Amino acid sequence: MLYIFCPHCGSRSQNEFAYGGDATVKRPELNKEVSDQEWDNFVYLRKSPRGKHLELWHHISGCRQWIKVERDTSTHEIFKTYKADELTE
Amino acid sequence: MSQDFRLDNIGMVNRDKKISFTFNGKKYFGYEGDTIASALIANGVHLVGRSFKYHRPRGFFGVGVDEPYAILQLERNNERDPNIRATEQEIFEGLEVKSVNCWPSVNFDIGAINNFLKMFFPAGFYYKTFMWPPSFWYKIYEPFIRMAAGFGEASIKHDKERYEHKYEYCDLLITGSGPSGLASAYAAAKNGARVILAEDKPRYGGSLLTSDVNIGNQTGVEWSEKIITELKSMSNVIVKNRSQVFGYYDHNMLVMSERISDHLPQTQKYLPKQRLWYIRAKEVLISSGSIERPLVFGNNDTPGVMLSSAAKEYMKVYGVLVGKKPLIFTNNDSGYETAIEFKKNGVNPLILDTRKEPSSDIVTEAKNLGIEIKFSHVVVAAKGYKKVKSADIAKISDNKKDLSNIENIECDCICVSGFWTPSIHLASQSGNKSEFNEKIDAFIPKKSKQKENTIGSANGKFTLEETINEAFDKGYEVSNKITENNNKVSMPTVVEKKSSEHDKFWCVPLPKGKSYKRFLDFQNDVAVTDIELALREGFRSIEHVKRYTTLGMATDQGKTSNLNGLQLVSDIENKVVPQVGHTTFRPPYTPVSIGAIVGREVGKHSKPTRKSPMHEWHEKNNAVFVDAGVWLRPRYYKQGNETLFEASKREAKNVRKNVGVCDVTTLGKIDVKGPDAAEFLNRVYTNAWLKLPVGKARYGVMLREDGIVMDDGTTTRISENHYHMTTTTAQAANVLSHLEYYLQLVWPGLNVNVVSTTEQWAGAAIAGPNSRALLTKLFPNSDVSNEGLPFMGYKEGDLFGIPAKIYRISFSGELAYEVNVESDHGNFMWEKIIEVGKEFQIQPYGTEALSTLRIEMGHVAGSELDGRTIPHDASLEGLVSKKKDFIGKRSLSRSSFTKPDREKIVGVVPLDKTTSIPEGSYIVKDPKAKLPNPKLGHVSASCWSVEYDNPFSLAIIKDGKNMIGQKLFAMSPLKNKTIPVEIVSSHYVDPEGKRVRA
Ligand SMILES: [Zn+2]
Repeated sequence: MLYIFCPHCGSRSQNEFAYGGDATVKRPELNKEVSDQEWDNFVYLRKSPRGKHLELWHHISGCRQWIKVERDTSTHEIFKTYKADELTE
Repeated sequence: MSQDFRLDNIGMVNRDKKISFTFNGKKYFGYEGDTIASALIANGVHLVGRSFKYHRPRGFFGVGVDEPYAILQLERNNERDPNIRATEQEIFEGLEVKSVNCWPSVNFDIGAINNFLKMFFPAGFYYKTFMWPPSFWYKIYEPFIRMAAGFGEASIKHDKERYEHKYEYCDLLITGSGPSGLASAYAAAKNGARVILAEDKPRYGGSLLTSDVNIGNQTGVEWSEKIITELKSMSNVIVKNRSQVFGYYDHNMLVMSERISDHLPQTQKYLPKQRLWYIRAKEVLISSGSIERPLVFGNNDTPGVMLSSAAKEYMKVYGVLVGKKPLIFTNNDSGYETAIEFKKNGVNPLILDTRKEPSSDIVTEAKNLGIEIKFSHVVVAAKGYKKVKSADIAKISDNKKDLSNIENIECDCICVSGFWTPSIHLASQSGNKSEFNEKIDAFIPKKSKQKENTIGSANGKFTLEETINEAFDKGYEVSNKITENNNKVSMPTVVEKKSSEHDKFWCVPLPKGKSYKRFLDFQNDVAVTDIELALREGFRSIEHVKRYTTLGMATDQGKTSNLNGLQLVSDIENKVVPQVGHTTFRPPYTPVSIGAIVGREVGKHSKPTRKSPMHEWHEKNNAVFVDAGVWLRPRYYKQGNETLFEASKREAKNVRKNVGVCDVTTLGKIDVKGPDAAEFLNRVYTNAWLKLPVGKARYGVMLREDGIVMDDGTTTRISENHYHMTTTTAQAANVLSHLEYYLQLVWPGLNVNVVSTTEQWAGAAIAGPNSRALLTKLFPNSDVSNEGLPFMGYKEGDLFGIPAKIYRISFSGELAYEVNVESDHGNFMWEKIIEVGKEFQIQPYGTEALSTLRIEMGHVAGSELDGRTIPHDASLEGLVSKKKDFIGKRSLSRSSFTKPDREKIVGVVPLDKTTSIPEGSYIVKDPKAKLPNPKLGHVSASCWSVEYDNPFSLAIIKDGKNMIGQKLFAMSPLKNKTIPVEIVSSHYVDPEGKRVRA
């Protein structure tokens, strides 16, 4: 069971969190023309990298904040965690 | 009582307490502190089972977790417990155990015929023998394998025992209380660290219990007792016996199973049978010791052949002799320690040492005691079927290839020692890549992967002095890192006998003309020839060899077999062991009972049960409950001998005719607040929300980004910046997460907050033509007329002094209201509604009537919004705004979502107006069409229409819009029914929606 550092609450067990997938996916802006391909990429296509992965976790049994976790998918090593508003371009 | 193999003056069992137990129906006696194994051996019993494949007789091989043979089935309080290791299970009064893997009995086992049909059981026999002809599989092969396989039978009854889970944190977890575990725990605890010391056996001390050493002028046993006593008295230390740390998981989470009651006749009050500990440790010291390696020779699986360290432990801990004419077969000094122990207890052993001329303190001591030793000698084969009777021994040449002077020697046990294998399982589970150590012919842990260090013999340190020094240092070093204290305890002096080097010899060659089976894996009957065959057939990777031959699989996970298997592969392949590598160690280290893994989360406790504030009233009024997610909801209120069908019909009819009240507390409720709340809802829902006035509710549909309907419900504007959102019972949690996702990550600029208020409000839906009259009486101070509170209106009211919220919304399709009060007043509200409603013929109604009402109205619910439907399919396309953008909108223009014959919801009525259509039925054009019959869609929900008094169903079918009026068939292969039906509009009752607006 992972031990995830929530930037709001501190280190907590994985069973307090829900997984939320790739954190680098950006939703196309509202009211913007989007091609089929672009939309498909956003809705369906995800990379499944071996190694570093920036992903979302939702602290559902804690502060209910979505956080970003940089984790190695093969070793589960967690390098760093971020608040939702960090790492946004 | 005489026990032929019990020694009088040695051992740690309690001679004052005799315990009787039965094995295969026969009664035996032992002492408190005995295991099944030690007690049976004391009684001269060695035949305890049959092997997995050839059903060869099986005895005892080890004395602990490594035991590959003595797997028994335990029966206690009419409950069966399979896969019990006789070497671990302590006896208690009335214990009943029996052999597994044998039929009809352990003495006469019909499966032993397999032993003579070896050609059917070569390596990979699963894949080969039982392949052809295919028709044989069900009738012949499978029943045969099922009868022959397995280690006992699981109980099919409910397990009444209690199992608990516990979460614990510590600075330092130490796995094993041998010399390294004790020393490091002591050093760390004295330095202020919070320590957990886990020992899988009942007694602490590990090898100190059996070795002839001196620590700080005390015997090993005295020293370990002193340390344990002191550790137990310290408040920063938890010491646990009968506790196996079996898994090393991510981020230094280790799991330990504590056997609290397994050694007792029954579980004590307030105590569980077993407890599973989830331990998050800052640091871990793995001190799990090492396991003696077998030597490989002919018939080395015969009962009476066992590890020499086991024979010593049976003497020193249990006071039991494994034999009276022991043969010790060793390639190192450990065998001598066992021989010396035999000698001290009046038994004359014979030592066969594969080495030519070893010299060490221990060898000298053995010589001085007059023990007979044959150097450069090996056991060629054990003789005897159910028990060792003699052994063929031989002199072996210096190159270890040739045997000479083969002779037969009488003996009743063969104690083997092929040196030691560190137990690196936990380190390996942590991700530590082990390395092969030439000096000890075994793998030891390499660089720490997580926060773990391996110490003592688990780390390949085989002298006590090295072990103790390393453990004291590590205990201090690790604790210092955490506590930053500098309290160093002084190290005791250690006196031990010096050993000489072991011989790398491990497998005795076959004499000319002999084809003895030489076993590598005792539990799975994997012999040298099986590995040879697998390699001849082209298997190279050790992982493949393992799976093909089953080497190292099953409950002992190859604790005694792995290294010899690797040796053999590397010998044949002309490689060295590190080139071959070892298979991956995975948790659990030892078998864990399913009950312990599940813990308290069984049956009703597998999830929380949520009850509405009106639950007690429902109970008192004969409600029959149904699980709705985690909620318990009244399904119907039983009157007299009513069936579900009759009761729900009555309740639904009463809603259509008079008025009914339904507990809708379970609906998800979310408060949406903030200046941008309207804008947010406008993006979340498919329809328009910007112009909803205060005091008005609106029905909304929300999608996922892929265009599939996620949920629906009404949301009410309570004040300028405050909305009250409702969700379905099932989706409440998901919707909240969904909203939080968009607010926190996608549109953080929106100034909106959401919070669940589901539990804050108790809700009652009042539905039926009399509902307004009732409401008028409930809220005499409020104007609830059609003008004062129109359809989709909202207002606050005073319910006999209790503030209430009144929403004019309807799920039943009747004139209806939903009244919410704070949860604490829920029961008061409910009782008032029932009391005041009497004159209007009010009846409570449950979820079954609720379903009936919504189905015949064509209102969609979870069975239609099933994660596969878009708004169009549920006839909700009118709610999809063409003007604005919202979550999932772009997906709705995908070609498959816009094709003209897209599925759509319809109503289905049986032509005979009497046959109910099973939910899940397929709608087809031709019931006799060739299979697979093309299906148009499926029936999502069925009811008995109380309006028309005939069955009515909803279905989602292809091109549904154009199917109305057609005569089709509903087929339910499960119920074996084919029903001619007519397709009608899904809005079966009041299609114009006049009633809700009345
Ligand atoms: Zn948090």
